[in-house]
Amino acid sequence: MTAVLAPGTTRTTSKQALGVHFSGLGRSFGAAGSRRAVLRDVSVEVEPGEILAILGTSGCGKSTLLRAAAGLDVPDSGEVLIDGTPVSGIDERCAVAFQEPRLLPWHTLQANVAIGLPKSSSASAGKAKVLELLKLVGLDAFAKHRPREVSGGMAQRTSLARALARNPGVLLLDEPFGALDALTRIRMQDLLLDIHSAQPTTVLLVTHDVDEALQLADRILVLGRDDDGHDDGREGSTITELVTVPGARPRDRNSADLGALRSSLLSLLGVTGH
Amino acid sequence: MSSEVGQRAVPISRAELAAIGSPVTAEDAVGQGDVPAGFGRGARSTTGRRIGIILLGLIVPALLLLGWHLSTASGFFKPSQLPSPTSVLAAAVDLVDRGQLATHILISTQRVVLGFLIGSVLGVVAGAVLGLSRVADILLTPTVGALRAVPSLAWVPLLVLWIGINEDSKVTLITIGAFFPVFTTLYLGLRHVDRNLVEAARAFGVNGLRLLTTVQLPAVVPALFSGLRLALAQSWLFLVAAELIASSMGLGFLLVDSQQNGRVDRILLAIILLAIIGKTTDALLGIAERWAVRRWA
Ligand SMILES: Nc1ncnc2c1ncn2[C@@H]1O[C@H](COP(=O)(O)OP(=O)(O)OP(=O)(O)O)[C@@H](O)[C@H]1O
Ligand SMILES: [Mg+2]
Repeated sequence: MTAVLAPGTTRTTSKQALGVHFSGLGRSFGAAGSRRAVLRDVSVEVEPGEILAILGTSGCGKSTLLRAAAGLDVPDSGEVLIDGTPVSGIDERCAVAFQEPRLLPWHTLQANVAIGLPKSSSASAGKAKVLELLKLVGLDAFAKHRPREVSGGMAQRTSLARALARNPGVLLLDEPFGALDALTRIRMQDLLLDIHSAQPTTVLLVTHDVDEALQLADRILVLGRDDDGHDDGREGSTITELVTVPGARPRDRNSADLGALRSSLLSLLGVTGH
Repeated sequence: MSSEVGQRAVPISRAELAAIGSPVTAEDAVGQGDVPAGFGRGARSTTGRRIGIILLGLIVPALLLLGWHLSTASGFFKPSQLPSPTSVLAAAVDLVDRGQLATHILISTQRVVLGFLIGSVLGVVAGAVLGLSRVADILLTPTVGALRAVPSLAWVPLLVLWIGINEDSKVTLITIGAFFPVFTTLYLGLRHVDRNLVEAARAFGVNGLRLLTTVQLPAVVPALFSGLRLALAQSWLFLVAAELIASSMGLGFLLVDSQQNGRVDRILLAIILLAIIGKTTDALLGIAERWAVRRWA
């Protein structure tokens, strides 16, 4: 782990973790007349260095929220502030691991990860860092392979490595472990925690997996419809829950506190009987 | 975000190219089909198969030659209608002896290569500018579309008046013929580059020229080569048109000249030479295409 963080490879970007402030964020899609709100009134302050997990049912707007933070999408109302300055246009302070791997098919995995390197990194340091990251995600043997020659989970790990290569102030991860088997998933979660503790960065982690959120996050944000019983025409998701996960990492999966939190989160997501 | 409203044509597929008469051949289809999928494809078996396929493709030409020979040897056709293969060969030898055949072939090939190269480069530049720049697209695409709608031979009188009957006017006509297929395929290809890939690259700070070279151009390599092959076929078409209209050298000139002298053997010779040279240049481009598609697609 420490090799990635050795001064020689990281000094080029002496980045620090940056706070993210969503302020009254709203976003609707569709042509005028048939506009459908996806997000409304999303306000939350993410501390520098915090890991925030974002939970929510499919289609509730999790990716849309991340895209706003990355500057890939412009909200209709409200704004995102990173380190106190508003995001406008693609934000160099963020690195995204998209929900799909989005690797360039004509590049090797190594060249794909290199796309993530910060502009300032020198060629040799950059190459060393790329190889180190590929090794960390367990793909050093596949550095020269093309994306079509590797599995979906391998492509997803490459995409994670590409985001990590940026050494960003804010790391935006959209279901980064979705396509991984249980064992690889745990290894990648540990990798994320290692990198996070060695190298300060704020992480916004979208996930479907309540247990993953409980293991990794400092706080968990649940996006969903704020149904107060009657249809008042206010559609779109907002923050229905924001909880601090008790205990320091690594956490005991079987602790009673986590068990209670797990059931309450699951019921928020519409799963009952656990 | 701007949403694309107008429907746009899908980039020209190989099937469509084949349908409109581009020389897309059986071995290309195989070469295309087996590009993706799988770890380390067996290179040896592929080469063997390709040679086999080329040999199979020679069966029909050999049968045609045999049929031609039999129909003339049996007296079914008079020599003035259809000369025998041997007399066409004799005509070739005769022209070689006079030192004319090489001149015809070389001058025709030179015109095609020049026109094709100039037209392709202009097509790539115009396709890239209009395919990538929203402003240029809005300003120029209707005009280019109107120019494309002009049947290219309609330019001939103008070219002859402006440039005169010389090499330049012939090469210009071929340039026009080569330009549009390249322009169209590149333009449409660039409009259809996977937006997710472009967005991912831009999210990592790749933009401008670097975006063009790392994402957009590699993504359109297959489409570009389809356009180039179509352009090459067009170049030969326009060569013959230019040489039929006004020339004193070249395979097209050999055609008109032989028609005026009633030399059917030489007409057949010119046609066969056009077929062979056209197919050869297309095959060379096909090799480049296979290499490029393997590299970038
Ligand atoms: N560019 C767009 N144009 C139109 N609608 C969009 C666009 N992007 C997102 N949406 C809509 O916004 C809603 C939320 O999409 P989003 O991708 O943010 O969901 P998500 O929470 O990430 O879902 P999942 O868990 O399935 O990935 C969806 O209903 C989607 O149809
Ligand atoms: Mg999503």
